Amino acid sequence: MPKFKGKSIVSLKDMEKKEILHLMKKAEEVKSGKLTQVLKGKVIASLFFEPSTRTRLSFESAVLGQGGSVFGFADPGASSAKKGETLSDTIKNVMGYCDAIVMRHFIEGAARRASEISSVPVVNGGDGANQHPTQTFLDLFTMLEKKGSLDGKVIGMMGDLKYGRTIHSLAMALTHFDVKLHFISPKELNIPDHYYDYLKAKKIEYVHSTLESCGKELDFLYCTRIQKERFYDPMEYEKVAGSYKIDKTSLEYLKPDTFIMHPLPRVDEIAVDVDDDPRAVYFEQAHNGVPVRAALLGLVTGTI
Amino acid sequence: MPDNKQYKVFKIEQGTVIDHIPSPRGLAVFRLLSKNNNSLISIGLNFDSKTVGKKDLIKFEGKIISKKETDKIALIAPEATINIIKDFKVIEKRHIDIPSDIHGIIRCLNPNCITNIEKIDTIFKVVEKKPVKVMCHYCERTAEVKPDMIDKE
Repeated sequence: MPKFKGKSIVSLKDMEKKEILHLMKKAEEVKSGKLTQVLKGKVIASLFFEPSTRTRLSFESAVLGQGGSVFGFADPGASSAKKGETLSDTIKNVMGYCDAIVMRHFIEGAARRASEISSVPVVNGGDGANQHPTQTFLDLFTMLEKKGSLDGKVIGMMGDLKYGRTIHSLAMALTHFDVKLHFISPKELNIPDHYYDYLKAKKIEYVHSTLESCGKELDFLYCTRIQKERFYDPMEYEKVAGSYKIDKTSLEYLKPDTFIMHPLPRVDEIAVDVDDDPRAVYFEQAHNGVPVRAALLGLVTGTI
Repeated sequence: MPDNKQYKVFKIEQGTVIDHIPSPRGLAVFRLLSKNNNSLISIGLNFDSKTVGKKDLIKFEGKIISKKETDKIALIAPEATINIIKDFKVIEKRHIDIPSDIHGIIRCLNPNCITNIEKIDTIFKVVEKKPVKVMCHYCERTAEVKPDMIDKE
């Protein structure tokens, strides 16, 4: 059985397949109620140096729902970082107050640094444009829940593949499985080169496609938002953004059992009237953040 | 026995000869090693070479380069050879190895990496050897090593 107790969760690159699958199993047990009160007596610090809604709230819900307690800040303005305290010093303090730290930071590598300093496990809730491992765990959990297995599955990743950390983490995680990836994005927002290297090294088949050309092949369509500020020229944004939106018309490109996922928040990349389609699972996906994060904290604090 | 060979760059009595640096990387290697270095330095550029086409050459009179300096050379000119000279003779041929991990020496090019925000020694994993590509241990960005990434201290 994989050993999680005391382990920091920083990047998908540190996770072996058996660890991911063990986490999935435990998350399923939490979700079904087989495991309860998995964080009883545990104190979790929630340090959000960057705003978050779903990640922070689902972590807090996970802790409170499983008998633990949580403290921290949701805005760095409320922390000593505002006074110029280094991240290292903040971690050295907080680790004395809790059993695990959940942290989101706008600086890439902040979670890795924190994990090296901290005597308690650090769970990365997103570090800049780098990694967002717990989002990936809930993405995988949702995929497994919907299809039972990931081997042989075809996944389309659409939108901003360059800056989207959820895409980066998910692509790395999927290399543990026998999958095929379709990248659907404007060329300005292609996934960074080193991910191609990573996928090649892991022998994962990937292609650049359009939704029209690959939709009937997809088991999952994972959408992300294209942000206007990523484009120097607003006209360029207007030109490309429309091609990466899902509405009732584009649903026709998909199979009857292609599930539509999104890490949220969405703005207008998925039309609201798609929400009622049985293939739209993004809210269910967000809700899965609670059992997955509860199971992960239970594992790293040693209660599971 | 008299040595009749004609040298385009002076022979040195004692010190280090870095040879087979693929042109035009000689000056970049020189810049890496020249800080706080008061030894007599001769540089030859664009020699014909059977192995690397055009090569550059640097001779440091009286200076034996360190392991750390050898590691720096490995990052931008892994093809180079290093000879340590004593009494005009080669006493050691130093092999250039690209380490699997690099501690310090290079800085991360990502301005939003924690190593450029807080005072932390950098750590890189070498992911490719020719050309040398490294991945930052902290922000996980991969980059081909360029001379301006290398610490000149």
